[in-house]
Amino acid sequence: MKIKDIAEKLNLRIVSGANGLDREVINGYSSDLLSDVMGSAQAGELWITLQTHKNVMAIASLKDLAGIILVKGFKPDPDMEEQSNEEDITVLVTDDDTFTINGKLYKLLKG
Amino acid sequence: MKEFRADLHIHTVLSPCGSLEMSPRNIVREALKKKIDIIGITDHNSTRQCRMVALEADKAGLTVYTGVEITTREEVHCLAFFETFDILEQFQEYLDEHLPEIKNDPDRFGYQVVVDENENIVYEEPKLLISGLSNGIDQIGEKVRSLNGLFIPAHVNRPKFSLISQLGFIPPDLKADALELSRHTSKEEFVEQFPYLVRRTFVRGSDAHCPEDIGTAFTRIKMENVSFEEFRLALSGSGGREARL
Repeated sequence: MKIKDIAEKLNLRIVSGANGLDREVINGYSSDLLSDVMGSAQAGELWITLQTHKNVMAIASLKDLAGIILVKGFKPDPDMEEQSNEEDITVLVTDDDTFTINGKLYKLLKG
Repeated sequence: MKEFRADLHIHTVLSPCGSLEMSPRNIVREALKKKIDIIGITDHNSTRQCRMVALEADKAGLTVYTGVEITTREEVHCLAFFETFDILEQFQEYLDEHLPEIKNDPDRFGYQVVVDENENIVYEEPKLLISGLSNGIDQIGEKVRSLNGLFIPAHVNRPKFSLISQLGFIPPDLKADALELSRHTSKEEFVEQFPYLVRRTFVRGSDAHCPEDIGTAFTRIKMENVSFEEFRLALSGSGGREARL
């Protein structure tokens, strides 16, 4: 499923990196420890986190992740937003907490 | 130029995890016993014990850099130091404003008290000091710089509460006066792993939570005298000054 379809179905706000909306999502990965994401996330996964630091984009790019969902209405830091646009990796925002959005995404991708 | 031994990372009785033995008097006595010239007072998210330690140390001829170990929103621990009590107080206001309203439970986390030179309790901090501030590391670093303070991400090599554990890696453009390494690694070992950090200044502190640990790790600082301005210059490696492990 593409990022744009997930954004539409789960009612996610597109904050930045709209050029990445056609990326294919193969799975999800939820973690707020960036060292863990660097070690364990797989290419094509949609990353769910509350971190808003620009390192998020560096790791998403390094791991070739499909996109990022920020939970609880968090907004990316300005330099994270900028890098998302440069890297064409979409940052989406939900007001849901991690558990809730995980459940919705799981159902959508695997249900 | 002289060389000073500085243990820049010491908790007091105010930190919930700090031993009740960590009173100003005991800290000063132990630092002198360990032949430490300079101590950094860095409680979790509070500067309120600094003044008492500094006054006590002053009587004994020991230098104190008054500071704090901040927990950022990302739960990265960072040391910050400020030159005067006035500025320290300004930063305390910032801490009070951005530390969440979560009450401490002393039975679970430990007591958070400020004590005077006679070890009488003069203040008890109601908010849990080990919470993360509502601001991120970049915003906090900026605030510290705006108060002319020194900003030093703590134990960056550790697998918990460090820049590397929380944010994956140390941003190459990070604005910091130094990086703190714990006793578990050497500068050589660390920069072999992260060669892009070779030009950074590294410091080390004991992260003492009980008196025995004070001075078990320290930084050797070569500078003219122990003033805050000299410390700043030493961290930047200016004019032959240096800080090394």
